[in-house]
Amino acid sequence: MSEAALPEKPRHTGFLKNNLREYGMMISLFAIMIFFEVVTGGTLLRPLNLTNLVLQNSYIVIMALGMLLVIVTGHIDLSVGSVAGFVGAVAAVLIVKFGLDWITATLLCLLLGAAIGAAQGYWVAYFKIPSFIVTLAGMLVFKGLALAILAGQSVGPFPPAFQKLSSGFIPELVPDAGTLYPTSLAIGALLALALVWQNFRSRARQESHGIETEPYGFFLLKNVVFFAVIVYFAYLIASHRGLPNVLVIMTALVALYGFMTTRTVIGRQIYAVGGNEKAAKLSGIKTERLTFLTFVNMGVLAALAGLIFAARLNTATPKAGLGFELDVIAACFIGGASAYGGVGRVGGAVIGALIMGVMNNGMSILGIGIDYQQVIKGLVLLGAVCLDVYNQKRG
Amino acid sequence: MNALLEMRGISKHFTGVKALSGVDLTVAPGEIHALVGENGAGKSTLMKVLSGVHPHGSYEGAILFDSEERRFRDINDSEALGIIIIHQELALIPLMSIAENIFLTDPPARFGIIDRSAVHRRARELLAKVGLDENPDTLVTNIGVGKQQLVEIAKALSKKVRLLILDEPTASLSEKDSAALLDLLLEFKAQGIASILISHKLNEVSRVADRITVLRDGRTVDTMDCSAGAVEEDRIIRSMVDRDLEHRYPKREPTASGTAIGETIFKVRDWSVFHPLHADRQVIRNVDFEVKRGEIVGIAGLMGAGRTEFAMSIFGRSWGQKIAGQVEIEGRPVDLSTVRRAVDAGLAYVTEDRKQLGLLLADDIRKNITLANLPAVAPASVIDDVRELKVAADYRARMRIRSHSVYQETGKLSGGNQQKVVLSKWLFTDPKVLILDEPTRGIDVGAKYEIYCIINELADAGKAVIVISSEMPELIGICDRICVMNEGAFVGEFPGPDCTQEKIMRAIMRHTNRAKEGERP
Repeated sequence: MSEAALPEKPRHTGFLKNNLREYGMMISLFAIMIFFEVVTGGTLLRPLNLTNLVLQNSYIVIMALGMLLVIVTGHIDLSVGSVAGFVGAVAAVLIVKFGLDWITATLLCLLLGAAIGAAQGYWVAYFKIPSFIVTLAGMLVFKGLALAILAGQSVGPFPPAFQKLSSGFIPELVPDAGTLYPTSLAIGALLALALVWQNFRSRARQESHGIETEPYGFFLLKNVVFFAVIVYFAYLIASHRGLPNVLVIMTALVALYGFMTTRTVIGRQIYAVGGNEKAAKLSGIKTERLTFLTFVNMGVLAALAGLIFAARLNTATPKAGLGFELDVIAACFIGGASAYGGVGRVGGAVIGALIMGVMNNGMSILGIGIDYQQVIKGLVLLGAVCLDVYNQKRG
Repeated sequence: MNALLEMRGISKHFTGVKALSGVDLTVAPGEIHALVGENGAGKSTLMKVLSGVHPHGSYEGAILFDSEERRFRDINDSEALGIIIIHQELALIPLMSIAENIFLTDPPARFGIIDRSAVHRRARELLAKVGLDENPDTLVTNIGVGKQQLVEIAKALSKKVRLLILDEPTASLSEKDSAALLDLLLEFKAQGIASILISHKLNEVSRVADRITVLRDGRTVDTMDCSAGAVEEDRIIRSMVDRDLEHRYPKREPTASGTAIGETIFKVRDWSVFHPLHADRQVIRNVDFEVKRGEIVGIAGLMGAGRTEFAMSIFGRSWGQKIAGQVEIEGRPVDLSTVRRAVDAGLAYVTEDRKQLGLLLADDIRKNITLANLPAVAPASVIDDVRELKVAADYRARMRIRSHSVYQETGKLSGGNQQKVVLSKWLFTDPKVLILDEPTRGIDVGAKYEIYCIINELADAGKAVIVISSEMPELIGICDRICVMNEGAFVGEFPGPDCTQEKIMRAIMRHTNRAKEGERP
């Protein structure tokens, strides 16, 4: 094709308005963190508590990545909590009862998750049975199966190597470094640098092609804040026991899914299916297959979350995974996903999950009972979505 | 006689955009007043002001009904006075019965309990008034669009209508249903019910209207009185677009423009399709069809003739079942069993229903244009945003898509610009054969002309272009050859310049009659 002159000149007027949603969410998260930091008298951001916060919420974040894709295609998966619990139970039986080595068991469990996702996605994608019903059935089935294979008992403990999946930390390269873990700090700083560098590079590239970018001052401020926040958290984490393995897995997955949804063909096509399935189909997109694959993906991530949760408790209990689906779905909606499909971002879902996590943690520190915690969480979910809808109408 | 409705100096702003400025509109009792203008001229906004969707205070100017100033807060206020609006997108609930739909807001009831027999009786009366012979208990989803339109009108009549506003009522109706609807308007007129008719179909307008008001860019530019005799369509068009359209169709000279019509590149043999739900109903009856390189072929026919079904069944089996037949593109048999394969084989189908089947309305122009050919902007499956932007900007300029940038949501574009986005999407797949299904439906005269020019350019570029249209003058104006379809078979073929509407209709009637005789041997 010809090299057309690009009529778009850099314009800043619409930028902040268009991206207010993203930043608004991030600012809410910070506000909530600062609020709890203050009212808990500085307990929230203590290195020990922060590390716990990561460990406690990792499986919600991981499942939210899969759930986001399911919601974007216009579906829902109510079975993820049960599937996570069931897979954890299977892992326990394989490792503890049958003495299978943990690597093989982990791989088998992830495959099992894929198979479960495929079984549910098959009905949703190819038979057009509403996902609400299929996964409601799945929720009951796998909750029941978990009970059955555990025979109502808790099974554990796991071998130490498997526990490391959740409660392990990355090895420290500098011996006898004292209370600060330099390797973790360095990784955090490098990550922050890489992010900032990437931001500058893509901005330069966009500007050279006349693509609309955000105002320079804002961009600079944003990067400084990003850098400072990441380094500060890395510092906090490093002053406890270093980077948890789970955090590494989680960060990698968030980066992978963020890239997949925004930059790849398959990501774009998933959004198209949610935006207008018929138009997507008539544009040559294999809508059924994509829907099917999002459920397979969800199954794998639910299985991974189940393994991490089991490793964290060091035992598989029949009650594991109970109610996870609610937190995961809430995270996606707080993060700006649309219940009608086609809209939602990975960053939003992660922030949504973190908002839920910080609130759980903060309220627990404050000694608020589980009863009122749920009331408050419910209201926050409703409030966040109402605010979002209101903003969209006004915009 | 005093005017029934008088709208004086209506102005309305949306953030930053002036939608209406000082519009005047007067409707006499029992008058059929046509409101015409290009898309975006402000017709719908004006009607929203009138019906109270835009409440008093959100606009400037005054509305007088029965010579009294009215300040509508919402649509209930205007309905209470008998101002009823029927929108282009019908507001019926598909899985409720006709009767339930008619009395949706205010069913005959006693102490809040619906009086079923009264509902049924009164529904029958209203259906008789609009000339619809259907059981009131039939679900709305089970009747055709033409009949649904009549149900909407019956619903309006149930509210003691004095001024009926119809927004593009015939856009999706067949010729026959349209004629029936217009006759109904004339009947209402005899009963003293005034109507405002918004329509792009100027032949209908000049047939029934007493007066015609033309809106352009949010202003009243002309009001024509038809009592002295029918107003010429060309005059209406001139004031709508503010330029002399010497022809409504661009010149088509395939030989003069360099590329003559070439060899046959698209060949369909013995194509047959059955209905997706009724497996024994053959919708397309073993038809043959050919298009040459650089040729524009029109498919004419009435609603339900099977034209869209024929096109969609070819395009990746998107419609029907038990599909049989062969297709050759450039002399080679091609596999069209999925949409992807059809696209890869060089086929493109531009749907008749761009909102439901053509666009991602919440996404921007850029994402819509590249959707059917993402690999071309995504080496190794990773989207190159700069390349994508260039493609989108290029098509935006070439197709003259009016928008503030390629980042504009397609849902916020006018019909003509939306259609250009859909066309761009398919041109970006670089097809050899293009099927355009009702390419100018619901778009204004100026944009239609632009679409015709694009169609000509495509043919000149050596593509085979198939145009399906219910507007016969359009086919006659732009096609090199017109094939007439009726009841799933091709029943006539005419060279474009020699074709007339009479010839097409005669071919259809002859076939229909023969088919009927065949049933009674």
